[in-house]
Amino acid sequence: MSATATNRDATKPSVSRPPITRIRPIGGWFDLNLREFWNYRELIYFFVWRDLKVRYKQTFIGAAWAVLQPLATMVLFTIFFGGFLGLPTGGLPDPVFYYATLLPWTYFAGAVTTATNTLVENQGVVTKVYFPRLIMPVSAILPGLVDLAIASTVLFGLMLVYGVTPALTSFLAPVFIMLAVGTALGVGLWLSVVNAAYRDVRIVIPFIIQAWFFISPVIYPADSIPSGFRWAYSLNPMTGVIEGFRWSVTGVGDAPSSTILISALMVVVLLFTGALYFRRREVLIADVL
Amino acid sequence: MTDKSIEARGLSKRYRIGGRERYVALRDVVGDRLAAPFRRLKGKTAPPKRDDRTFWALDDVSFDVDQGEIVGIIGRNGAGKTTLLKVLTRITRPTKGYADIHGRVGSLLEVGTGFHPELTGRENVYFNGGILGMTKREIDGKFDEIVEFAETGRFIDTVVKRYSSGMQVRLAFAVAAHLEPEILLVDEVLTVGDLKFQRKCIDKMSTVAKEGRTILFVSHQMNQIRRLCDRVIWVDAGSILRDGPAARVVSEYESASNALTGEGSNGRAANGSTHFTSWWLREEGGERSNEITTWGSVTITFVLNVHSPLVSGHQGVSLFDSSGTLVWGTNEDGLELQPGKHELSFTLPYLPLKPGHYRWKVSIWENTKMLDVWDAPIELLVGTDPVTHWIDQWAGILNIPFEFRTEPSKDHREQ
Repeated sequence: MSATATNRDATKPSVSRPPITRIRPIGGWFDLNLREFWNYRELIYFFVWRDLKVRYKQTFIGAAWAVLQPLATMVLFTIFFGGFLGLPTGGLPDPVFYYATLLPWTYFAGAVTTATNTLVENQGVVTKVYFPRLIMPVSAILPGLVDLAIASTVLFGLMLVYGVTPALTSFLAPVFIMLAVGTALGVGLWLSVVNAAYRDVRIVIPFIIQAWFFISPVIYPADSIPSGFRWAYSLNPMTGVIEGFRWSVTGVGDAPSSTILISALMVVVLLFTGALYFRRREVLIADVL
Repeated sequence: MTDKSIEARGLSKRYRIGGRERYVALRDVVGDRLAAPFRRLKGKTAPPKRDDRTFWALDDVSFDVDQGEIVGIIGRNGAGKTTLLKVLTRITRPTKGYADIHGRVGSLLEVGTGFHPELTGRENVYFNGGILGMTKREIDGKFDEIVEFAETGRFIDTVVKRYSSGMQVRLAFAVAAHLEPEILLVDEVLTVGDLKFQRKCIDKMSTVAKEGRTILFVSHQMNQIRRLCDRVIWVDAGSILRDGPAARVVSEYESASNALTGEGSNGRAANGSTHFTSWWLREEGGERSNEITTWGSVTITFVLNVHSPLVSGHQGVSLFDSSGTLVWGTNEDGLELQPGKHELSFTLPYLPLKPGHYRWKVSIWENTKMLDVWDAPIELLVGTDPVTHWIDQWAGILNIPFEFRTEPSKDHREQ
């Protein structure tokens, strides 16, 4: 049983008449109703603003956590993966390589997790007030960008220390981050509605993230993958994101153009199917939460 | 011709029984899906959907509401009132039927929706307003008005977790009251103790309606419904039972369900055994009701239908607050009662409870044999003005008026 509401203009072209909303049970697969979403865009701002306000309240070092997490992980990777295991780092100093791959990865892992849990965690709001539910996963993936921006400043510091000149292509970095945002949203759209009905997702999500970590070029460059598997490897959109981000900032290595194309295509597919599935299921969210 | 505000046609909502349970086991669904093709292979159709697994929370509900009307919605718990509001606010969708809504809908299904304890009053006003559909600019423009209405003044920059629940509700209602939707849906928010604030809210809602906005108001408090609404829709078992002028429908409802006195067998097999049928209270010089509004003397009456004579009856009375804490209990022994209806009354000099909802649990015994335990379906409401500590944690469970003074000590032993 599914339904959706559509806005249609008042039948009479009268200025004073408010718009009529028809509430009814229909289910169009391709009814994204993006206009309504747009009308509610300010709510995204409110949600993001609340998350940022609340996030570091009652913490001792506050926003420094945004830097400390990837930094500490980078140190561990440098010692174990780079040092003891001697994994290749694509011609970059180990710390720069790991930190540059960890930035988009840390954002992605965090964003997917929060987006997946957002409907469940905000059920008090979701079961009491109407707004396009799409607002929730979209708002959930945005606050992480602030952490990413803070942590990025340290990347440039690290590069200076290790003598890697920031490349002119750095201006492309936000493009790859946008791909990461798209991927996180696409995955979040799928998982958040499933999670609303089946809390199994919540239990499985750390495992999904961990598996995803290994199939993404975080602790090794993508060219470590045998060339016969490369295209399949590129189906993971995070491959294009991480490779592209690292390349654009450091300028070391070749532009991973075909990888990025495949990744970008996958992001579009993920986003589109995710949004359709989400719209299709969202009418039931308040009933199953 | 008046303009229509809501046109509902055949609205129906089906829920699966237990459909609102927290956890659905994924394996059941997966198992079902996997098994389905095999059932078909065996030439069997899928098992017919059994009717006892679903129920219609709303069943073919049609009505019109004109612009500017205040319509009360009444009915027993589970009658479908809240489902109706949830459909009209689009929180959930109808299974069948449709409704045309003319204009923006604001809702107060539960005050303080989205209030975050770690945010200040000011921040929550913005966030809550945003959730309810206000733009930042609208909130900017109304901020002072909202704070003034909520009477939280100097605490506006204090984090909300330090507010008393009364203050939180006031602030939340203030935000919602300053929404400017064409239609406002209100569910039982005014049951919050503070009578003065309740009146203020009711006045505000009347004003809002006079501006041409439409209000649907769900409440169990018939006094509020009477005071506020022109028209009342009585919902029962998912359908509209009556729809008409407030005074008439409310009276019909009261006499039918004996709402104020708590008539009803409460689902027990009540025939042929001794059982409680209802309760009411009466304040000095007042009518039968279920609400305490003063600190004066109050008589609580339980009606017991005695089936076979009691020789050594024993009655137990317990009063629980909304969190389930026992706040008062007593008992009477040695009751000798003949078959028939009896009123068992307790007159107390005062019952100075904190404003809120309370529930009676009464029992009747013959010697050691329990004859009936009754959870009264109608709650006891305490609507006195709170005079306790303004932080809930320190307010306790009693609400006792007092005088306070200071003076120099005349007691020389103290010096």
